[in-house]
Amino acid sequence: MLTYTIRRLLLAIPTLLLISLVIFLLVDLAPGSPMSEIPLTVPPEVRLKMIKAMGADQPVFIRYFLWLKQFFIVEPSYIIDSWFGTNLGGDQQRILSWQSRAPVFDVIGQRLPQTLTVVGTAYFIGILIALPIGVYSAYRQYSWFDQMGTLFAMIGYSVPTFFTGVVLIIVFAVNLQWFPSIYDTTLKITDWSSFLKQVHQMVLPVTVLALFNAAEISRYTRSSMLENLGQDYARTARAKGMSERTVVLKHVLRNSMIPVVTVIALGLPTVFGGAIITEQVFKVNGIGAALIGAIHANDLPMVQTLAFIFAVLIVLFNLIADILYGILDPRIRYD
Amino acid sequence: MMFRSALLGAVAVSALASAAFAERGADGNVNVLYWQAPSILNPYLSSGTKDVEASSLILEGMAGFNEKGEVIPRLAESIPTVENGGVSADLTQITWKLKPGLLWSDGTPVTSADAKFTYEYCTAPDGGCAQAARYEGIKSIDTPDAQTVVITFEAAKPNPYQAFVGATSPILQAAQFKDCMGAKAPECTKQNFGPIGTGPFMVTDFKVNDVVTLAANPNYRDPAKPAFATMTLKGGGDAQAAARAVMETGEFDYAWNTQINPEMQTQMAAGGKGVFVNGFGTLVERIEMNLTDPDPALPEGERSTTKHPHPFLSDPKVRQALSMAIDRQTLVDVGYGTAGRPTCNLVPAPELYASDNTGCLTQDMEGAKKLLDEAGWKVGADGIREKDGKKLHILYQTSVNPVRQDFQALVKGWWNELGVDVELKQVDASVFFGGDPGSPDTFQKFYADVEMYANNFDGTDPEPYLAQYLCDKIPGPENQWQGENINRFCDPAYDALVKEMAATADLAKRGELAKKMNDMLTKDSFVVVALVDRGRLSAASNTLGGVVLNTWDTELWNASDWYRVK
Amino acid sequence: MTDVTALERPRSQWADVWSQFKSHKGAMLGLIVLALIVAFVFIGPWLWRIDPKYVNPDAVQMIKTRNKPPSWDHPLGTDQLGRDMLARMMAGGRVSLAVGMVAMVISMVIGGFIGLIAGFYRRLDGPLMRLTDMFLALPLLPLLLVLMMLFRDSLAGLLGPEAGTFLLIVMAIGVTSWMQAARIVRGQVLAIKEREFVLAARSIGVPPRRIILRHILPNVMSSVMVAATLGIAGAIITESVLSFLGLGFPPDFPTWGRLLFDGVEYMQLYPSRVIFPGLAISLTVLSVNYIGDGLRDALDPRIRGR
Repeated sequence: MLTYTIRRLLLAIPTLLLISLVIFLLVDLAPGSPMSEIPLTVPPEVRLKMIKAMGADQPVFIRYFLWLKQFFIVEPSYIIDSWFGTNLGGDQQRILSWQSRAPVFDVIGQRLPQTLTVVGTAYFIGILIALPIGVYSAYRQYSWFDQMGTLFAMIGYSVPTFFTGVVLIIVFAVNLQWFPSIYDTTLKITDWSSFLKQVHQMVLPVTVLALFNAAEISRYTRSSMLENLGQDYARTARAKGMSERTVVLKHVLRNSMIPVVTVIALGLPTVFGGAIITEQVFKVNGIGAALIGAIHANDLPMVQTLAFIFAVLIVLFNLIADILYGILDPRIRYD
Repeated sequence: MMFRSALLGAVAVSALASAAFAERGADGNVNVLYWQAPSILNPYLSSGTKDVEASSLILEGMAGFNEKGEVIPRLAESIPTVENGGVSADLTQITWKLKPGLLWSDGTPVTSADAKFTYEYCTAPDGGCAQAARYEGIKSIDTPDAQTVVITFEAAKPNPYQAFVGATSPILQAAQFKDCMGAKAPECTKQNFGPIGTGPFMVTDFKVNDVVTLAANPNYRDPAKPAFATMTLKGGGDAQAAARAVMETGEFDYAWNTQINPEMQTQMAAGGKGVFVNGFGTLVERIEMNLTDPDPALPEGERSTTKHPHPFLSDPKVRQALSMAIDRQTLVDVGYGTAGRPTCNLVPAPELYASDNTGCLTQDMEGAKKLLDEAGWKVGADGIREKDGKKLHILYQTSVNPVRQDFQALVKGWWNELGVDVELKQVDASVFFGGDPGSPDTFQKFYADVEMYANNFDGTDPEPYLAQYLCDKIPGPENQWQGENINRFCDPAYDALVKEMAATADLAKRGELAKKMNDMLTKDSFVVVALVDRGRLSAASNTLGGVVLNTWDTELWNASDWYRVK
Repeated sequence: MTDVTALERPRSQWADVWSQFKSHKGAMLGLIVLALIVAFVFIGPWLWRIDPKYVNPDAVQMIKTRNKPPSWDHPLGTDQLGRDMLARMMAGGRVSLAVGMVAMVISMVIGGFIGLIAGFYRRLDGPLMRLTDMFLALPLLPLLLVLMMLFRDSLAGLLGPEAGTFLLIVMAIGVTSWMQAARIVRGQVLAIKEREFVLAARSIGVPPRRIILRHILPNVMSSVMVAATLGIAGAIITESVLSFLGLGFPPDFPTWGRLLFDGVEYMQLYPSRVIFPGLAISLTVLSVNYIGDGLRDALDPRIRGR
């Protein structure tokens, strides 16, 4: 397993390089220009000069190699500089957003906390709700609990967050005035009351996202549990006189986890990537909002960097999932 | 709505009276919501409306505009004119005098050198200055003393209030920006995010595209202002959510550009937590007619170019009929409510330049049908008009926007009634307005028969705006589709008028010329079919006093006068 | 599922499956509801003959008939331009159902195939999964924008504007949504191929193709069913996002996702504007889910006959 992991990690480098090139070409090819949000009152000559100042008129491969250099050499040296007080970065050019002219990594640093807290909490709660519901629904298939679970999961998944988010705002922020409709990113948690305030403003966005995530994960858990509950080994275990608890939670659950682990591993990168629509509805302004804003403004350095970090996480989490398969089912061998 | 603005004006006046006794920072915090969040606070590096508006709290120019469109002094002692000798009689020189004793928010004095530096900063090569157009035609800037700035123009400048006037060309502090010239400009993140200014507020924290935290400027020239100690300028969401945060939940005091459908406007206004304020500027939603042939069968590079005139829209009668079939009042009722009014003009304001053209305001379906009959377009067997075997089929494109999609559907209904077949198309706004020469869907390429969008002009002088319709500004492959003459309109008589206006200083004469050009494009030729004069609609909480909506400057132009209603 | 046995003895096995399916109450209910929805959108327009795109050209009439609550003339009310909501729901459903189903089938076929092959053949696992990683990593919006830019005009030229747009949309959704199914199927195949029955089949010399179709595929069906059900909902919503970006059908062309999206703005004033499309999407997904449940039970020989 160790050699497999190392081989996969090594293989990830060329894969990621290829992915970065594909993303770069794709974003570059997409129609639109960084001037799309500039008012029409700005004359074309000025526009051309602005594009030139951004370096957006350079050939695509030059820009790609510049980005590679900035991402893999300049940015890490700046990080080392900020840790150890060295001066490796010197005055080399960092990756600058076209839209805000700020270093892309500074923007990510500003955005990450709220995305991790809101989307991360939502995902965690989603998993916590989904697993028991999925297991119990499968164990008591077609009971009223299962039927209700199915109903909620299907509605939760088929009604998009742009709708549920606004419904929650209208009910709980406008009519009942229980929760704020706008997330305050300047809030710093210093004491108990500011912590409560933070929880307070997280309730609505977390609910929307957790509902959506729980719906999906519970369906996969249920179906996989159902599949395994009918297997011979479950019958054997019961025949041996094991308690239902042990049979279901130890044997069946463990064997049912492969699709669930896959789905969770596919979902975890989005904890970093943020939830585009929910962030926008509640004005959380996390990574998801940054990505969509950058895409609309054709802010190529920003889109490219975010998409690439996202790609790294996808590759990483899928590797973790593959390793977990081997732990869940020792018969799976990769070597 | 006129009544409401009048009321607010009255409130503002009484506020000014009481504010005289007020103390700086006595009213705590004010929450402002811009659903498009500011990305940078240096207007010279981004001319996005949100960025210009946010930075206007911090940076100021010599002068600004009030809600009537008049030039008012900010850093300048008074407005230089020909009468008071501030502008030379031949219009080639303007002399600004700074108010005495002005300080930057860091306590250092404001001098004329800062203004000269700002000019050099924006005109430095490779800087990509977004406001370069404001400094065009300047020969030199001299600073005879620390208080005086003399701008000499290359030629007579009938409108000298460009450089250092309005929120788009404020004065930067030379000491702060001296290392940010030219190609270095974008790298000065600290300066671009926290410029030192003379405005009522200064930046304490800036999160890109999210939130700006501001505090009252301790060195602001009026010791009693601003009434608020801090301001939070939050961004994100959409117009409806922004309106809701002021009008329904009361979380925010002011929300910018809350353009929502008229029914929601009524519903939210009934909530009683706030009021919508509106005002009209020069933004006109219009349908532009393509005078060239966008036929996809033409080879690439010849589509929508002057090589091929449009098969039917080059006929003024067809264009007129299409305009006559539109009921502009209905468009306003459906899309904008109090924030819009029907118009036939390309230049709807200021009064001096606005033509009295109202002929299009009443829909005339029968007249339109008759015109098409006269032009030889007869109704065919399938109900669609045709002439010489050619069907009257129109591709009508616009950007994605719920109001524009409603307009498309309504206009399609009316044109169908005329016997015109209409195909609708919507394009993502970032593509449509992006101007990417590689994309077939930009508004400049105009691969459609008609298209709809809104445009306006900066400040109060329509000259550059009207000059967009010159023959040599037609977009095409030879200029990477970067022209502004979207309709491919070309008339030597019009070009002559543009030239004449550039050489005319007399205001009344300029007004006449502008009206003439406006009429040539609209009621004489129906090349530009104006639909709606779009006002600005913002939401203000009942507890926020002193709000006066200004469409000629930024909406935050008088934030120093805002106060808490107790 | 049409495996070799089915070809040899089609009648008896399918009759078996059907009788098992019939005994599944939820599945039958789902089938009936889905049939009703299909009838509503396909037969409905023959009975309810109002043009969903019709806007009254007489402005006064239009203003009078807009934003109406349900009535006999307009059983589901009218929208902000006085268009009949019932007709729009019917027309919208046709597109949404077709897009949802076709895009789901495309994504399941691609995802299932790649997952099976990658899980079964170790040599192909690496390259195929890296390809999956790449597709997962591509930012969706620019990808869709590029797809539309490259293929819209050529497809519209080949098939006509409507069919071309439809094909492009289902391909775009299918191509960007198969990765999850592929990862899930492959994960399960990795475990199943080490089970005794597969080893047994292999040891008696059953060719790989048959092992995959006969022994492995049925065992991953339940996860595929879940992915497929969720995929329909996803496709219907994605279509609305596409039209929000100006990439979908022409703007006056209704779909359920789009009606829901447009309705959100009017939700506080006219709740029915969001309730009906939301209900239609949820009902469709629910009924497909129950049909999937029943189908899986019916196809599982261990459950069948129990």
